[in-house]
Formats: sequence, structure tokens, C-alpha cells
Amino acid sequence: MVDLVRMLAGTRGHRRLDWTDWLSYAYLLLGLVLMFGPVLWLVLSSFKSAAALNEFPPRLLPYGQASVTVPGHPGPLPLFRVKLPDGSTRQLAELRRIGIQATMIDPERPEEEFKVNIRDRERVRAFHLALENYTEIFGKFAFGRFLWNSVFITVVATLITLLFNAMAAFALSKYRFEGQKWVFLLIISTLMIPPTIILVPNFLVVSKLSLLNSLWGVIWPAVATPTGVFLLRQYMLTIPDELIDAARMDHASEWRIFWRIVLPLSAPALAVLAIFSVIWRWNDFLWPLVVLSRTENFTLQLALNSFQGELTTQWNYLLAMTVLTLFPVTIVFAFLQRYITAGIASAGVK
Amino acid sequence: MLASSRLPLRALAVAIATVALNAVELPMRALQRLLGVPRIGWVFVTPNLVVLGLFTFLPIVIDFYYAFTGGVQLDLRARPFTGWENLQTLFECGSYLDPSTCRKDLFWRAVHNTAWFALLQVGLMVVLSLVTALVLNRKILGRGFFRGVFFYPVLLSPVVVALIWKWILQREGLLNAMLHSAGIAGPVWLNEPGWAFSWSVFVSIWAHMGFYTLILLAGLQAIPADLYEAAEMDSASPWRRFYRITLPLLMPNLLVVLVLAVIRAVQMFDEIFVLTGGGPGSATLFIVQFIYQTAFAESIRLYGLAAAASLVLATTLLALTVVQLRISRQGLSGKAGRDDG
Amino acid sequence: MASLELKRVVKRYATTTVIHGVDLTVRDGEFVVFVGPSGCGKSTLLRMISGLESVTEGDLWLDGRRVNDVSAAQRGLAMVFQSYALYPHMTVYQNMAFGLENIRTPRSQIDTKVNDAARLLRLEALLGRRPTQLSGGQRQRVAIGRAIVREPTIFLFDEPLSNLDAELRVQMRTEITALHQRLKTTMIYVTHDQVEAMTMADKIVVLNAGRVEQIGAPLDLYNAPRNKFVAGFIGSPRMNFLSVRVTGVGPDGVGVMTDANSPRAAATIPVRGESGLVGQAAVLGIRPEHIHLRRAEPDELALTVMIELLEQLGSTSFLYCVLPSGEKLTVQLAGQIDKEAGEQIEVCFATIDAHLFAKTESEPAFERLKTPAVHVAA
Repeated sequence: MVDLVRMLAGTRGHRRLDWTDWLSYAYLLLGLVLMFGPVLWLVLSSFKSAAALNEFPPRLLPYGQASVTVPGHPGPLPLFRVKLPDGSTRQLAELRRIGIQATMIDPERPEEEFKVNIRDRERVRAFHLALENYTEIFGKFAFGRFLWNSVFITVVATLITLLFNAMAAFALSKYRFEGQKWVFLLIISTLMIPPTIILVPNFLVVSKLSLLNSLWGVIWPAVATPTGVFLLRQYMLTIPDELIDAARMDHASEWRIFWRIVLPLSAPALAVLAIFSVIWRWNDFLWPLVVLSRTENFTLQLALNSFQGELTTQWNYLLAMTVLTLFPVTIVFAFLQRYITAGIASAGVK
Repeated sequence: MLASSRLPLRALAVAIATVALNAVELPMRALQRLLGVPRIGWVFVTPNLVVLGLFTFLPIVIDFYYAFTGGVQLDLRARPFTGWENLQTLFECGSYLDPSTCRKDLFWRAVHNTAWFALLQVGLMVVLSLVTALVLNRKILGRGFFRGVFFYPVLLSPVVVALIWKWILQREGLLNAMLHSAGIAGPVWLNEPGWAFSWSVFVSIWAHMGFYTLILLAGLQAIPADLYEAAEMDSASPWRRFYRITLPLLMPNLLVVLVLAVIRAVQMFDEIFVLTGGGPGSATLFIVQFIYQTAFAESIRLYGLAAAASLVLATTLLALTVVQLRISRQGLSGKAGRDDG
Repeated sequence: MASLELKRVVKRYATTTVIHGVDLTVRDGEFVVFVGPSGCGKSTLLRMISGLESVTEGDLWLDGRRVNDVSAAQRGLAMVFQSYALYPHMTVYQNMAFGLENIRTPRSQIDTKVNDAARLLRLEALLGRRPTQLSGGQRQRVAIGRAIVREPTIFLFDEPLSNLDAELRVQMRTEITALHQRLKTTMIYVTHDQVEAMTMADKIVVLNAGRVEQIGAPLDLYNAPRNKFVAGFIGSPRMNFLSVRVTGVGPDGVGVMTDANSPRAAATIPVRGESGLVGQAAVLGIRPEHIHLRRAEPDELALTVMIELLEQLGSTSFLYCVLPSGEKLTVQLAGQIDKEAGEQIEVCFATIDAHLFAKTESEPAFERLKTPAVHVAA
């Protein structure tokens, strides 16, 4: 018990690994399995054919029917393990099946035909990636359309967010005008407002602006993020005022100063906000659910939700779509993991 | 970040930038002459304010209007003024502890579910986040990697999170397959009210604990190591070191985590909606889903009621925030006035 | 009975050895100072004694008990950290009471002990404050108070004064020494400042790269350094080292000649030497304060040097000179002098004040034949 607490109490590093270290590793390994495992299972499952998905208990890796090409026959023939009347088992390829009787041939001696009862044969499995899950969704389910909608919303919203927030942050950090303090407080106070309270009225506003069912109806309400303004303002405060004064002396207009000096210098903070915005917009659900009612305007998230609601869910396609949906965020994570975790950790200290 | 992109992309970006710059410059210069330098700030802040005004402040006001009007029309002018009726309907209950005695029993069921959910989810998650942060704070190989491991689910969209677990919890899904190999027949998890609720708690912890772990980890790392050494020299046992040093110094971070987690838990919607749809029955119906359903999913759209419910929610959240802030201010500064001369 | 004993103590981190076999005995009530350049292992040694670091090889005995495997919490020692390590969320009172609470001392006793220590260190008015509300010197005293309250068998100090400004440092130095005289508890003190070592210690342990160079009383180290390292480390300003060549070995001592072209640049140093040394290079050591400008006596060595830089402090003068060979020589004189930079002067010193060393630092100094007269302050 004492050692358990010592493990949690954070001691200096002992040179020798004692059992509290082993316990820590075990906990972290469990965490690894629990955090990554389900996603891995999703990915593996997405490569299984519909038939393979129906198996219980499921196999770990995607397996499909093995097949073999036999000379003299067009196309590959499915392979089976057959129990012959003489008691031996052989691997035979199936030519055709009528009712309960299958005509099978030995791949090595294709002239010899066997008549086999289907009860005496068993599929030979091989590792097989059902890539059709991924390719067919673009045709059958207009996945490409949903992908486009999500990308459009994410990219456009992020660009507008960056622009509007940067402009506001610039105004709040580099100027002194009357009422400035109130504007800042106003913007920050919106952090306290739960989105649910404005759900219904926003629906009205968006509908009055004729943005209902439009991608722009999803984009516009989302661009004035108070977090973004706060983040950028904090960063812009560290830009020396002398740079701006010098530019003014050089007869640069305020807009030019903003565009040519402040914005480029704020690149790191803009990058952070861009990443946040991409993740937020890509993952948005409730508001798009309310605004977009026609299927062709659905984002990926809405499409996924509507497919899984159907009575007979075609899981093989749904899984593939889910994997594609989480792919961009996973890429972002892989490359920027270190920075993301460092950034949030330091912000949390405040 | 722009610097790392490929050359043609960069050229395109520069081209767009130059065009945009020049296009906006002329009107901006005019405005600058008109308003003068300090007040040009208003122009910069206006786009943001307009969007905020249109889509945040105006809606808040409208929400009150909806709450105090009735009818089924979206259009404000077509709605008759009903005063407190919507709120009264919501609060008409035999006993607030028993939803079935309420006129709007679904609302109260949602309230109960949300309250229990917030309690369980936040309680368990904060403990787990703390334990994980403590483990990650030790000097072990690859702790940067493991930090990322716990944070990954935070980045996934709620829909994806729900589908991942829904797939595992299928009647013939991974979980039941594993139980099957151990000889246990697993139920259809999401069809049982008790299990659906428990899994909702689990899934939301899974998806969010990484974020809070990072906040707590930062707090732990801010505690200087020699404090622990001094405590060791002061004959403090590992438990005393945790209880008298780690915990008090971590308290500000813990309070932040608590506030954030409760606010999020009370507003939980996305992943639960996709995972269970509020079911079975209304076992996992939470308050945001109630509002959404009432306003957008029923055949009769009761915008007024939904608005009233959202006002109740907002008030609760405001009260919670105030209470938490008061507690945290006390916890941080200790008892004032101990400054003896 | 010895309070603390280290027997062939070794500290190894993976493949690097940081402490190479240290033997040390500390008697009850002694004030021992570990001194040495950065990285010499003095803090590591202290932490091993405290229990915060483990001992790789060798034995550590506290009051006759082998404590290698006893945890820091249970050794009955107290440590004052370089950064003070005061608990920021506790008041001064709570900081001092914490240790006693951990061993379940009754509240009334805690109260008495804390107040006694506070009175001793003039902290009574500050008991309700938090560390962030205290000055550096006050925090230092709280750290000491926290240690006193525990009534340890040994006090351990890990460079406690290095975070204080010069004036405060001098003040705290005398306070700690006064504390030692009052409490009479064994104290082990780590510092890189040899002035602190010389002024505070009963016994100094000079460490270099994980090895003990010499252990002795401050003046013994000053008068009879065992090797070139100790000679150069103890004493401020630093001892001068001149390259010389052994010209002869006899019953009177070893004859040496400096590289200077001066008739009196040769002399016989009263140390024991072997005949095989003739013709070999050696190092002559002479402290700046033993060099003078008066006429050379017969048993003195004289050198002609040029003054590069002159520093006059009023009560003392420092002459930074250079020999024709290019080697530097520092001279410390009492009072003021009427010379200028660029002047050539003749300096002399008695051979009995000189030390002779082999070229490598750790080789022992040549053994003295005659004890030098102790320079008694008039």
C-alpha cells in the first residue's frame, strides 16, 4: 500500500526499477490498449467484407475467400478444403455449384473433376482487404459529396475565422479607442454562453438570412470564436509597438500595417488557431444537424449519423466512411502531437 | 506554417494575398482618413462584432422572446405572448424527484439523467485524469508518447467516437466476442437502460479525459522537485507527501478541471445522441437532446418550450460557474488577513 | 563515538562514476565543510549522507548504525536546501511544524518547539506569513528553523548562501556559525566558496572530481596543502605557481632555478627530494601575501618582474606582475605603494614559505623538512 502511494506521490528516479515502476508501465500499457485499441479495431473491421463482418466470433484480421487461378479457366476460382470419400482432405477449386452439389477441380490437375457435396467442403481463408468498402462508398453513397461539404466548411470557416479574429485581435491589442475595454469584455463573455441557449433563435436568424440548408449557414455563425480572438490578442501584445510606429512613419496605411506586418509576425499563433479551427469545424455536429436538412448538403458527421440510424446498417460501408472521417484529424495529431500537448498544458497552468 | 508548404502553393497564396490586400486597401484608406488612427480600430473589430451580434447576442434576446411566447410558428410575429406559461409548464410537478409526476416528464427525466451523468462522469473522470497525470509525471521512458496516447481520443469527432464504441458494443461486436471466448454471454449492451447509461459515462470519459490529464500534468510539473525532497527529510510518508504537498498545490488546477468538466457534462449531446439516441426509451436522454428534440425533431415544434428549457439550463450553468469561481478564489488565496505585522 | 563515518563510499550512475571511494570520519559536534569546484561531487556526497541519493558501494554509518538501506525519512537528519524548498502554501509556522507532525508529535510540544526555534532565529513576527511574503534572508532563516525544530543528529547544508547577495551572505555566515556554537550539533556544510569554508569549518574536506584531495583544519590546509590542487584552491588570492627546474638535491633541501635570468632566481627549498629529480621540471608555489618588496635576505629567492596591473584598495595593494618568461605573479602587500603599471620591480620571498610540487596536480607535494614559521598577526 505504501509503495502504491509512493508510485503516485512522484518520487525521484531510483536507479533500479522497483515494482512501482512496473505498475506504472502496466497502467500506461493498459491505457495504450484502451485508447488506441478501439480505433485500431475500427480500422481493421473496415477492411472486412460484409460477409466477414457477419461472422461471430470475429477474426482479428480481415479475411476473405482465398482463390486460385487455374490455367484454362478465366478468372480466379474460389478455393476450398474438401473431405473426399476416401477420407483424405485436399484443397480444390470450385468450378460451379448447383444446389448442394459442387463441381470442383484440383488446381494442379485441372482435367480431373470432383463432384462434392457442399457439406463436405470448407472455405480456405486468406488475408484479404475488402477495398471495395472504400471505393464503393463514393459511388453508392455519394461519399465524395459529403467529403466536399465537410472540406468546404472547414477550409472556408477557418480562413474567415483567421481573418476576422486577427482583425479583432489587432484592434484590441494595438489600438486605444473609446469603449475598447467593453468590446473586449463582451467578446470574452461569450465564452460563458452555452450554445444551447442560442440554438432555437439562431435557427430563426439563419432562416431569415436565407442561409437555412446552406453550407454558409453552418460557416457564418461559427467564425467569431472568442477563444481565437483571445489567443491572437495575447500573441499580438508581444509584437513591439515600435514596428508599427515605424511603419506609420513610412506612410503605410493601417490596413497595410495589419496585412504586411502584424499578420505575418503572428504566424505561430495563427497556426495554432488554424489547427483548432480545423478540428472544431470538422467535428461540428449539433449546429449542422439543425441547419442542414437536405442530404446532399450533409457534412461527413451528419452523413455518418444518418447512415447508422437506418434499420439495416451496412456496417462495412459505415466503418469505411468512419475511418475516412477520422483520417485528417489523425494526420494532424501524428505530426503535431508534441506541440498540441505542450500548448494545452501550458495554457492550463494559467 | 506557410513556409513549409510547397512552392506552387506558396506562389498561389502570395498571389491571393496581394490581390486581397490591394482590393481592401482603398476603402480602408478612406475610412482611415475619416475616422483617424485610433478609431480605425472599430473598423477592424467590426466584422467579428457583427457576426457575434447576429449569431450570439441577438439570439440571446430572441431566446427570451421565444420562452415567453407560445404557438408553433418559428416567425416571431406569429407567436402569441404567453408570459410565464412555458416555464410554468416545465415546472409543473408533483414531486421534482419523480419525473413521472411531472407534466413535462420527459424534461425532468432529462434533468435527472443529466444530473446523475454529470456527477458520475465528472467524478470518475477527474479521478482517472489525476491518476494518469500522476503516473505520467514519473520519470519513465516515453512519457511524451503516452501523453499523446491519452490525448488522441480528444481530437476525434463525437460522431466517430460514438460509432467506434457502438461497433464494439454490438450484439456480435468485439466485447461480446471476447466475453464469448471466456464463456460469458454478453447482453445487447445498448438495449439495456442501465448498461446504456453506464456505457455513455464510459465513452464520454474515454473521449475527454486526455484533455484534463494534460491540465493536471502541467500543474504537477509546476511543483518543484525539491519540495518533495524537503518533505522526505521532514520524515513525511509517501501518503503525507501526496496529501499535504501534491494535493494542496494542485488544487487550483483541480478546480479548473472540475468547472470545465461539469460545464461540459451538463451540455453533453453529440456522442450520446449518436451512441444511444437518448434510449433505450429515455434512459440516456439528456437535457440538450430534449431541447433539440422539442424544437426540431417532434412533429409539433414547440420552440417556446425549448427556449424555456434552454433558459433553465443557462441559469443553472451560470449558477454553477459562480459557485465554482467563489470556491476557487477562496481555495487559492487562503484566509485573508493573516498578514501579521 | 563518531557521529558519521563513510567507508570507501562510491557513487555510480549507470556507467559514470561520480564519487570514487571516499573515506571520512565526522565527530560529534564538528562543523565539517565540503568544498570544491562545481561538479566535484560535494552535493552528491551530502545527498548520499541525507539518504536522498543511494550509495552504490561502501558503507555509511550514523552513530554506529549502518544506514545504507535506511530511507531519508528515517535517518533523523535535517537538510537546508540551496533553494530553501519552503512549502509555498503553508505559513512559516506550518512549514516548521510539518516535520514534527509527520512523526506524530503532540500539538503542545510542536507549539513549544516551533516557538523556541522562531525565537532563536528572530522569526516570531513572521510565523503567520507565507514564504512568498518573505525576503531572501528571512526565507533562509525559516529553512534553518525548519531543520532546528526537528532536533536532528546532524544538520546538512547544501550551499545555503549562494542565493543571497554578498552583504547578506556575510551576515548569515556569522549567524550559522553562532548557531553551531550554541546548539553544538554536528553540521555538514557544502559550498564552493573557500572563504566560507575557511571561516566556518572545524574541518574542511576538499573534493575534486569525486575524490577527496585533503581533509584537515582550515589553517592546516592553508599552511600545508598536500598537493597542487589544494594549494591552488585554498587561499585568496590564489597561490602563484612558477615553473622551475631542479638543479640539485641535498640534505638542506632541493635546489631549484626559475627560468628568469636573474642571479638570485635560484634557491634551495627546504623539502625532501630524491637524487633522480635533478634536471626535472617542477612547480614552485608561493602565496601572494608571502611576497614582499624589501631587500632580499640570504635565504630568499628574488625575481625581477614587471607590473602589468596595480590595484590599490587602501588597506591592501594587489600587484599583477609578469615574469620575463611570461608567467604571471600576483603580489599582495599591506598598505599603499608608490609604484605604477609598467614599472620593473624586484620581489622576494623566503624559501621557507615556498611549496614545491610535481607537475601533475594530484601528485603529493614535496614533504617539508622544516615547518615554516606561522605568520602570526601582530
